[in-house]
Amino acid sequence: MTQNNGKLLEVKELRTYFDTDDGVVKAVDGISFALNRGETLGIVGESGSGKSVTNLSIIRLIPNPPGKIVSGEILFNGEDILLLPIDSVRKIRGRRIAMIFQDPMTSLNPFMRISRQLMEITQLHLGHTKSQAYEHAIGMLETVGIPDARARVDNYPHEFSGGMRQRVMIAMALSCQPELLIADEPTTALDVTIQAQILELIKKLKQETGTSVILITHDLGVVAGMTDNVIVMYAGNVFEQAKTSELFATPGNPYTKGLLRSVPDPTAEQGKLYQIPGLPPDVAHLKPGCPFAPRCERVEEICRREFPPYVQLNADHFSLCHFAQDVFAESRKGPEAVSQP
Amino acid sequence: MDLESEQREETEKHLNESRLTPVDPDMLHVSPEMAIAEADVALGPQSEFVRSTSLWQDAWRRLLKNKLAVFGLVVVILVTIFSVVGPPIIKRTLGFTPDYIPSNDVGLVKSFPPFTGPNGEFSWTHPMGTDNAGRDQLARVMQGGQISLFVGIIATLVSLLIGVTYGAIAGYAGGRVDDVMMRFVDVLYSLPYVIVVIVLLSMFRSQTARGQLVLLFISLGSVSWLTMARIVRGQVLSLKNQEFVLAARATGVSNAKIIFRHLVPNTLGPVIVYATLTIPQIMLTEAFLSYLGFGVQAPLASWGSLAADGVQNIAIFPWQLIFPGVTMALTLFSLNFLGDGLRDALDPQMRTV
Repeated sequence: MTQNNGKLLEVKELRTYFDTDDGVVKAVDGISFALNRGETLGIVGESGSGKSVTNLSIIRLIPNPPGKIVSGEILFNGEDILLLPIDSVRKIRGRRIAMIFQDPMTSLNPFMRISRQLMEITQLHLGHTKSQAYEHAIGMLETVGIPDARARVDNYPHEFSGGMRQRVMIAMALSCQPELLIADEPTTALDVTIQAQILELIKKLKQETGTSVILITHDLGVVAGMTDNVIVMYAGNVFEQAKTSELFATPGNPYTKGLLRSVPDPTAEQGKLYQIPGLPPDVAHLKPGCPFAPRCERVEEICRREFPPYVQLNADHFSLCHFAQDVFAESRKGPEAVSQP
Repeated sequence: MDLESEQREETEKHLNESRLTPVDPDMLHVSPEMAIAEADVALGPQSEFVRSTSLWQDAWRRLLKNKLAVFGLVVVILVTIFSVVGPPIIKRTLGFTPDYIPSNDVGLVKSFPPFTGPNGEFSWTHPMGTDNAGRDQLARVMQGGQISLFVGIIATLVSLLIGVTYGAIAGYAGGRVDDVMMRFVDVLYSLPYVIVVIVLLSMFRSQTARGQLVLLFISLGSVSWLTMARIVRGQVLSLKNQEFVLAARATGVSNAKIIFRHLVPNTLGPVIVYATLTIPQIMLTEAFLSYLGFGVQAPLASWGSLAADGVQNIAIFPWQLIFPGVTMALTLFSLNFLGDGLRDALDPQMRTV
């Protein structure tokens, strides 16, 4: 296996476009990031910011047509996934890169017993025999905390609750001990107590197996508790990238600041919830200039004219803004300065 | 600095902090033990109770509540037993086969009314009477039932095999492949299928009765898969965008396996319903073809060919038409009731529409 400075995954200048009747939708437009072995990367952003498309691109599951990965590199262990033949990609899927999806209610096949769905992966990738795969399935269910796994393994998905189904999905994803686990909003469809359990489970299993994790979410609280690094996406671009603690303490982008401010504050009794004005832009018809300009508080003339530069603020803190340095400096000392979590 | 302002500062700091990490997962942490305990309560103390009630069991229960469907099911089963077991029993007890023609020259008329012997006396030998050649009508109807049901079932299986495969592939492939495949179906749809069958049957006309039967299966099956293909394609189109298909693809499952292991079983409900409704339809077509003389050839009989024979003498020997006709109508009704019942049972939502 080629070693790449401890980097498990490196995405460079990835562009994924969708051809629609309404024009070319630039769902992901030139994003770059890297993930080190054993780390957790959070990807946050509003709906339609390109989070999921990024991750479907990584395992080449973009529906084509209408979607197409136009350019870029996705280096997994130094090997460009985009250049591999589809058969080799299929061997990576589930074996070395696994995914967990948002809605556990629909991501299990309703007509197949849990056992068969779990067995399918290990039979496919690890060459298990039926009985080996069956025992492995039971073991995995025990690992993810399904009580009485042996009795329940032959149930159908509809006999499981939402949280348990998400546990099954996690069991399925971790069956082959993948190097990378992509969790696409794994807790969005679950209620709050179950959310915490599932996140705790992912955290625990990550520590045990050393799997790297990409956690896609729009819940900043989840990001804070789970990740080492965060990237903030907006309109198919990475707007800010930093260590998690630093991003929360000293954001260097007006959009990130807005996001942080719009998190509901449980201690405030009443009072208005802050929201970023306006709606995310239509990525099929982007105007020149900064995509966030129409909604930005500190917008200036240049923002409407020119696409912002990707400014490096320190060793691993980047921000896509004309005034990144100013915003960064402000949040380091300003009156509404935000302290480290 | 007085105490009050210090306090205020404290609270403000606290507020800011909580805004930062609004939902700290650690704060909401629930231990796995607790989770298991919760789940245990939900499942009840004995997990032996957790036996899977599959979708089929639920559907079966719903089917049993539907009186017409149960009636249909019972009649279909009885008719099947009657047709399959009947001729051997007659052979064993009365000693003749359905195509047995008595050689004794009793008179010109060989067709006796039901329950009548050769001399006009009451007799149990021919409860449905005899046909023109003196063959026992009951045995003929039983044997006709065998052929009719057989044709219906085999031709439906042929149409299932072609239709499900074709529809699933078209639906899953989507795009241009789907367009081409479904336009081909549209073209075939626009041909009058009875004429296609007649052309097929007369082109490849077989010398033996059995050969003709096989030809009948093939030609009926090959024109009746079109609707099946459309139904399956429609189902697959809506299913393939569901997350479990994406999940399967994300675990590296091949396309063929996704189609036949994940998607096709999910279409089974509508497919079964449509198949049960196809059987009577094909039986009717077969009867029609036999009536026209293209179908089953003597000495084999089907309900259609029996009715065709009977209708020629309807004024003098009405039993020749009535018995095969009634049996066939009863079976077709029952199959339709059963099909409707299955539709309600397998897809409870459709009922309210």
